[in-house]
Amino acid sequence: MSAKLKHSSSSRIFALFTRYFFLLRSSWPRIIEIAYWPTMQMVVWGFVSKHFAPSSPELTAGGVLISVVLIWDTLFRSHISYTLSFLEEMWSRNLGNLFVSPLRPWELMLGLACISLIRTLIGMIPAALLAIPFFGVSVFDMGLPLFAFFFNLVLTGWAMSQFVTAILIRYGLGAESLTWVLPFLIAPFSCIYYPLSTLPGWMQEIAAFIPTTYVFEGMRALLIEGVWRQDLLLKSLSFNVIYLGLGMSAFLFAFRVARKHGLLLQAGE
Amino acid sequence: MNTILETHSLTKKFGTITAVNDLSFSLCRSSITALLGGNGAGKTTTLSMLLGLLRPSSGEISLFGKDFVKDRFPVLGRMNFSSPYVDLPQRLTVGENLLVYAKLYGVVYPKERIQQVAKSFRLEKLLDQRLRRLSSGQKTRVSLAKSLINEPEFLLLDEPTASLDPDTTVWIREFLQEYRDQRGATILFASHDMREVELLCDEALLMKEGKLVEKGSPQGLLDKYQRSNLEEVFLQVNRKGME
Repeated sequence: MSAKLKHSSSSRIFALFTRYFFLLRSSWPRIIEIAYWPTMQMVVWGFVSKHFAPSSPELTAGGVLISVVLIWDTLFRSHISYTLSFLEEMWSRNLGNLFVSPLRPWELMLGLACISLIRTLIGMIPAALLAIPFFGVSVFDMGLPLFAFFFNLVLTGWAMSQFVTAILIRYGLGAESLTWVLPFLIAPFSCIYYPLSTLPGWMQEIAAFIPTTYVFEGMRALLIEGVWRQDLLLKSLSFNVIYLGLGMSAFLFAFRVARKHGLLLQAGE
Repeated sequence: MNTILETHSLTKKFGTITAVNDLSFSLCRSSITALLGGNGAGKTTTLSMLLGLLRPSSGEISLFGKDFVKDRFPVLGRMNFSSPYVDLPQRLTVGENLLVYAKLYGVVYPKERIQQVAKSFRLEKLLDQRLRRLSSGQKTRVSLAKSLINEPEFLLLDEPTASLDPDTTVWIREFLQEYRDQRGATILFASHDMREVELLCDEALLMKEGKLVEKGSPQGLLDKYQRSNLEEVFLQVNRKGME
């Protein structure tokens, strides 16, 4: 009896998603770890916020400090989840098997993005929920804008991951540390804990090209002034679309280079 | 007999090194061919190009009548690959690994197909075991099972019986012959095991320094070089020009 085959992009992306889901469910400590770090961040910054509340109300008004910490972690989780899933393929020397299958590189990117979203939600939802009883701060009170902020940061995380995975394909596991370094490179420019005006002029010019800057400016406007700045959100989204396009191109370019130099079979520990 | 694979002047250069040089050969449907050569002869580079993992510097690959170098995706679903040097995810169970690859290859009834290959490769009792807990021989069987999950028309194998015990080696050999006969599949494998080549293949391609230096049926090569086994033929061809 012949195996009946039906080729479609959606089934291959789902196959990849299944692979990462199996990996995730194979270890309870892993799942707990995903939620552990955002929760610890929330707890620590929650107490910092409580401590500064009487002396610096502008810093803590509307639970802004806890909210930005949680939202910033969204970017970090989204990036780490995407890149770590890709690293799993390198660590397990599985890239060769994947790329001799009909899987297209863009399908791999989409599969990684899907599992990244799931892992980010697993990490962020418990922390956001626990912030309510612990500190009386609910990020969900932001309503629809919360999803817009969240979505934008997830996109930024994916764009960064596309660049990092491109470098990993080209230079191998020697570039692994970039995974952890890159989010912190944009952190000072993102104005997470302070307004854009705090930065010196030259840093403001750089910050203007970083999508996360507009997310945090927008969040402060919403939480402190009660103003919903759609213009900031649109700027953030526009930059994200550009960086995602560039990231995708970088990944596809790295993949072509890897095929030229025979790096796909060698990739691994 | 119709041809499924044709390479024409296939060449791969890495900087100043020419790993594969002007390689032209063809494979007929339902044939088993061995790719032989010493270390650095260009076998792995050739296999990588035939799998689409490596882009040739020049030359053509026609697979199932399609230009494989230009667009490999239409035919990748009709082929598969196994190598002891490329792993499957170790943290997944055997069953999970096979399910993922069944879906990647678009197998419509993946669970039924997994049962079939598990039975064929005596893996039924290992389906719930994580791959990292298996012996190297068991892992080789899983890798072979994965390579047959889509019932490929063209199967590429890199040392298919490496790290298998003699009993399993014989059994795999018989299985591959049976698979070829039943499915009409074409099998190309790289091997250092000359006994295996004699017993399994219809044709052998001998490579040296990136070039195809000899080809023919095992018996044809034995007659031509008047040797009693392929290992002696291999040594004679490989040492030609060195003495």
